[in-house]
Amino acid sequence: MQAVISAKNIIKTFDLGEVKVHALRGVDLEIYEGDFVAIMGHSGSGKSTFMNIIGCLDVPTSGEVYIDDNDVANYDRDNLATIRNKKIGFVFQSYNLLSRTTALENVELPLIYNPNISAGKREELSKKALEKVGLADRLLHLTNQLSGGQQQRVAIARALVNEPLVILADEPTGNLDTRTSYEIMDIFQELNDAGKTIVIVTHEGDIAKMCKRNIVFKDGKVIKDFMVENPINAKEELAKMPKQEDALA
Amino acid sequence: MNTYNLLKISLKALRKNIFRTFLTMLGIIIGVASVIAMLSIGQGSKDSIESSISELGSNLIMVFPGAQQTGGVNLGSGTSRELEIGDVEAIEENSTLLVGVTPVAMAKAQLISGSANWSSSVYGAYANYFDIKALGIKSGRRFSQSEVTRAAKVCLIGTTVVEELFGEYSDPVGQSIRINKVPFEIIGVLEEKGAGMRGDDQDDVVIAPFSTVQRRLLGSTKVQQIFASAKSEEVSEAATEEIEAILMKEMRVGPNDEAFNIRTMSEISNMLSSTSDTMVTLLAGVAGISLIVGGIGIMNIMFVTVTERTREIGLRMAVGAKSKNILLQFLTEAVVISITGGIIGALLGIGVSIGFGNLMGWPVTITPFSIILAFGFSTVIGVFLDGTQRGRRQT
Ligand SMILES: Nc1ncnc2c1ncn2[C@@H]1O[C@H](COP(=O)(O)OP(=O)(O)OP(=O)(O)O)[C@@H](O)[C@H]1O
Ligand SMILES: [Mg+2]
Repeated sequence: MQAVISAKNIIKTFDLGEVKVHALRGVDLEIYEGDFVAIMGHSGSGKSTFMNIIGCLDVPTSGEVYIDDNDVANYDRDNLATIRNKKIGFVFQSYNLLSRTTALENVELPLIYNPNISAGKREELSKKALEKVGLADRLLHLTNQLSGGQQQRVAIARALVNEPLVILADEPTGNLDTRTSYEIMDIFQELNDAGKTIVIVTHEGDIAKMCKRNIVFKDGKVIKDFMVENPINAKEELAKMPKQEDALA
Repeated sequence: MNTYNLLKISLKALRKNIFRTFLTMLGIIIGVASVIAMLSIGQGSKDSIESSISELGSNLIMVFPGAQQTGGVNLGSGTSRELEIGDVEAIEENSTLLVGVTPVAMAKAQLISGSANWSSSVYGAYANYFDIKALGIKSGRRFSQSEVTRAAKVCLIGTTVVEELFGEYSDPVGQSIRINKVPFEIIGVLEEKGAGMRGDDQDDVVIAPFSTVQRRLLGSTKVQQIFASAKSEEVSEAATEEIEAILMKEMRVGPNDEAFNIRTMSEISNMLSSTSDTMVTLLAGVAGISLIVGGIGIMNIMFVTVTERTREIGLRMAVGAKSKNILLQFLTEAVVISITGGIIGALLGIGVSIGFGNLMGWPVTITPFSIILAFGFSTVIGVFLDGTQRGRRQT
């Protein structure tokens, strides 16, 4: 299988003057095309730090990171910005949408920074991405008029819109109730079935079991890396749950 | 990211916080408007002073009697005396640089027409007085020199006198009024001149032949002033010296005796315009300070904005914005604010200037210079100080 992200002996140390925080102490990982990975681990084990490095938001203290064969560990800020723009789609725990801005405009955001995409094309791609997450009827709603689950779906559409190599989601269901979390996982599963590579960070075991591969961090190292035997299907779980009329009001 | 996108993003960001954007702009608006208004009003007052001077006749030379003029205390050597008609004749005969000279006799008098009465100043002079003082005739005619010789009881009156005695829109030419009980025929009405330099009403006058005023109203042969007009503004200085020489000879006095005073209009106009220059500078200075304060206000608000918007900036960078893009966005926002504020401020400033001008009956002169100055300054503050500050905090 083709590795879309490959991290070799990643060390990340935060130098806080008096103390040095060893957030990552040598991480070797390969994420393959079509992977659906859940990263687990205690708080402070380095999950977010790792996500930031493979997402090109941060650079490692030492080690190598290849994204689609780009040696990003040595890239400068502008080149990292370009990689983020073209190859990575982020989903954050707190949605991170622009306030008082429509869903459509939020989704368009990454494309604005891509000079090769015209305004017309931008709108077309953004509408398509919002359709994929089931928000075709909410294009012009402002972010503050959407529920938490809907906001996270806008964020997923934004992560999708530039056709990234991989979607990185740091605790995407952290702020959501169980039903809404499953709905989000359902979207991720559909995207993965369609071939998208997805990496999420989660603290919840049931969410991790909906992924195909689980990785566990501890004290800045990978201590477990295994394939989930029978990933739970989010759609089936949702069907079993009692209907909640107001879950996604 | 192209310019159009950049502008769109910036406008959107500004619109999202429309009230704050407006407050930010307010500093610039007030600053620019006040600079323009202050400069226009200052320039207007200066122009109005200058035009009222040139209306008076910028070639005008005035001779007053000597030292007793200054505050009533005789500081001279005692040689000073009243002006006499002989002095006028000497100037008339010997001068080469004058187009006219006239004695002036002045009397405060009670005017009566029917049941209306009004107190005003009556000036007696030769027929050329109208040319020397550049007085226009609104209706009727001037008096002639032969009427001066005959001491004819005719007069011309100013528009204020017309209003007070006959009503605003009447034409009293041909009617008769009593000046200190002496009946005079009104032969003309003077063109309106408005307020003088000292705020005095120049239309509250009566002008009559010199000899008539002397004999009928003053009962003396006193000449209170001599007015003359130089051939041109350029020779007015030389003409002044000439009059000085003639009078010294005529009065048998030396240059230090202060037997008489000579004032030229250009002298007075220089003095007044340097005063109004000072005023314009002062007004502009005050307005400039408000512009600077406005600029500081903008920077202040923008600093807060940036701190508040770190999340937005982080997000934009996460989805692929380069620091250059972010910097440009904030710069564009600053440019839009200062230019829009500058335009609104300029319009407001022009409006205030015109309004103020109408209120004061004052010509307001809006100079392109003031607009360019205020506008340029606001843009510089907005873009360079603010934009670069904000940009630096991003990266
Ligand atoms: N910018 C930073 N400066 C200093 N220390 C940091 C920074 N970011 C993370 N750390 C430290 O690195 C370690 C790993 O943090 P990280 O955020 O990766 O943990 P995490 O596994 O994501 O935890 P959580 O589950 O709580 O989100 C922590 O000890 C944290 O305090
Ligand atoms: Mg974390």
